[in-house]
Amino acid sequence: MIDVDPSLVNWSRAQFAFTAMYHWIFVPITLGLSFLCAFFETIYLKTGDEEWKKITRFWMTLFGINFAIGVATGIILEFEFGTNWSNYSWMVGDIFGAPLAIEGLFAFFMEASFFAVMFFGWNRFSKGFHCFSTWMVAIGSNLSAVWILVANGWMQNPVGMAFNADTARFEMQNFTEVVFNPVAISKFTHTSSSGFVMASAFVLTVSCWYLIKGRHVQMAKKSIVVASVFGLVASLFVAFTGDEAAYEVAQKQPMKLAAMEGLYVGERGAGLVAAGIINSSKDPGDVQDAFLFEVKIPQLLSLLANREPGSFVPGIDDLVFGNTEENIMGVNTMMEKGRVALTDLAAFKNAKKNNNEDATAVALERFKVNEKYMGYGYLDTPEEAVPPVSTVFYSFHIMAILGSMFPVIFGAFLFFTLQGTVTEKRWLLPVGLFTGLLALFAQQAGWVTAEVGRQPWAIQGLMPVKIATTNLSVTSVQITFAMFAAVFTLLLIAEISIMLKAIAAGPEVH
Amino acid sequence: MKVFSFYRDGFARMTVGKTLWKIIFIKLLVMFAVLKLFFFPNYLNTNFETDKQRGDYVLEQLTRPATNSN
Repeated sequence: MIDVDPSLVNWSRAQFAFTAMYHWIFVPITLGLSFLCAFFETIYLKTGDEEWKKITRFWMTLFGINFAIGVATGIILEFEFGTNWSNYSWMVGDIFGAPLAIEGLFAFFMEASFFAVMFFGWNRFSKGFHCFSTWMVAIGSNLSAVWILVANGWMQNPVGMAFNADTARFEMQNFTEVVFNPVAISKFTHTSSSGFVMASAFVLTVSCWYLIKGRHVQMAKKSIVVASVFGLVASLFVAFTGDEAAYEVAQKQPMKLAAMEGLYVGERGAGLVAAGIINSSKDPGDVQDAFLFEVKIPQLLSLLANREPGSFVPGIDDLVFGNTEENIMGVNTMMEKGRVALTDLAAFKNAKKNNNEDATAVALERFKVNEKYMGYGYLDTPEEAVPPVSTVFYSFHIMAILGSMFPVIFGAFLFFTLQGTVTEKRWLLPVGLFTGLLALFAQQAGWVTAEVGRQPWAIQGLMPVKIATTNLSVTSVQITFAMFAAVFTLLLIAEISIMLKAIAAGPEVH
Repeated sequence: MKVFSFYRDGFARMTVGKTLWKIIFIKLLVMFAVLKLFFFPNYLNTNFETDKQRGDYVLEQLTRPATNSN
């Protein structure tokens, strides 16, 4: 129906995904390590023990390096909005302008003041004010993340806005509704707390390396205690917020939930797949089994999705083809309504061009009837509304399985460190050494679940990704993709080597 | 003046930070002076002069399939 080069869409999509995943290597460590630095410094303030000051300064240096590595990598995403996603960025400019401007201003003032005190202010300010500044950096960094997640939450659940057909923009009608969007809230709490887990795992990894090498043993043990407490509390909170996030997905994006679980045929008392192998040749509507192998926990998916163990959870087939018994409108019906909406929008545009006020008003009124199905009008087939099931299923399960391991790992480290036997547990130290890497995988898998799971939508139900793209040549996107990959890989190598050198040098030089 | 000396002394005493600032500077230079300038122009700002033109263009893009199908 629409003439968009799929290769252009996929290259633009790949470029954005690559940039976002690169950016997301550093952000969660910043979110969590800032708080860990605040904890270390607060202990120093309370005890006056110079060892804690040394510990604080060491982790603060690693925090600074990580911050420098990650700084400005998010700006590339903004470049891509203007170049590769011009239709999208025009349409959402009114919604995202305020949150992103607040984030920019907030970050600038926070970094120019408290960040400077944190790094330059040792011995120049009172211990109390320095510690206060460290806390402000931690709180500010995390508040900064609120706004970008408000924007992301809006894309997954567009609320508090109205589409202005005159300007072709979504305009904000209710700021509070946008900020307190339940999807944005669950996203922020889940994302920031997973960042705390990531940073705690990072501290665990570095500390275990020291313990294995027999260096800075006291510092490593003290760091492990603080990181394990923070990591344990955060990982339990992640499970709680993850449950809340899944509930919101079930209510607002049921297709994403169905893909996360590889659920094709909806059922009452649906079970949660604990582990399984997806049948990759399965298509919506066919009679093949969805799994080659699966282990299910009975009724848990229904409980997770609707808070009732016997409730109905729609599958991909129900959502694509409709289910009259469960009162679910299929994508095929929504596509018809969407096409009517787009025809009315085109009639509005033509009437406006011809200065026919009566026809403009009539077309606009008709458009409003089916406006909420607008995005479905761009789909060529109902199956196009289904995200890549295997990718979403595996990424979700990798995230969930790893997420359930972290409380056990942090709990074990806390127990053995307090018992004073952690250095004797030679089997445990390698686990700690790799925990940072596992947390990084869990982080990335979480974003793949969230973002691939909402395909084909840039804005849920209103704008598919293929309509959001700029009509550029594929070659130009490929060139910028390659340039970005080359430049940032080189910078990443340079910067990670600085991080490794700082870790190898240890706390004495900081 | 105290604020100035605070920042001046802070930057002067940096160790690892000096290298990091160099990398940040190179990164920003590459991003803004090369990538943004030559490879990531804002499509609508570059090709249209007014918001009205930009809005009309996007509306045209949005209604293209419906216009074609009529």
